[in-house]
Amino acid sequence: MQAKVKGNTLILIISGDVDHHSSEIIKQIADKRIMENNIRNIIFDFSKSTFMDSSGIGVVIGRYKLVNMAGGRIAAVNINPTIDRIFVISGLNKIIERYDTVEDALMEYQKG
Amino acid sequence: MEKLYVELESKSENESLARVIVTAFAARLNPTLEEVSDIKTAVSEAVTNAVIHGYENGEGIIKLICEIDRDYIIVSIRDEGVGIEDIEKAKEPLFTTREADERSGMGFAFMEIFMDELYVESEPGKGTTVLMKKKIGIGE
Repeated sequence: MQAKVKGNTLILIISGDVDHHSSEIIKQIADKRIMENNIRNIIFDFSKSTFMDSSGIGVVIGRYKLVNMAGGRIAAVNINPTIDRIFVISGLNKIIERYDTVEDALMEYQKG
Repeated sequence: MEKLYVELESKSENESLARVIVTAFAARLNPTLEEVSDIKTAVSEAVTNAVIHGYENGEGIIKLICEIDRDYIIVSIRDEGVGIEDIEKAKEPLFTTREADERSGMGFAFMEIFMDELYVESEPGKGTTVLMKKKIGIGE
């Protein structure tokens, strides 16, 4: 996984399967960056991932709770059909903003 | 009827291995991409439950049995861990005993959604067996 910071937005480029094993790693990296860089918004980029189980839901909702208290926003981008089904069935769709690309999400955040 | 028996150490690294093994075996039924991801998700949920809840992230052996019976894939995942006190409660969507670990409580719900049949056998102190069945090739 790769983490990039743009202003007060953290971009998490998820690679490979998102399961219980990788979730723990994603959480550690994400939370370290959130603390260190005064992060307000998060973008989950799924362009390099094709699988997510219920562990991934916990990761996304957990990060949502972290930034939401401070008025931050969470988005998911580049979601393939398999991960899309998990988003729809779990109801993640209703709380997470979705855009096609990282740039689209960043543009939305800039509008405020 | 074809059968496959695998024993895995209870480690989070083996969750992906279990998914690969079951989907490689199920490939004999020529499943669609959607069916493959359904099986993958269900197996992932069951094995994760064994690792986190059954063995509480400690040592243990997870027994994986796969069967192909005509156009059905049958997957059984067994742990000799702590077992489940109230199976019906555990199956409720969003119910979790591990909220602090950010578990979503969707494991059994996903197994139910993505497979055709789900049976859970468990008793405190006696481990848990999850049996899942799915017909492959409905879309054809």
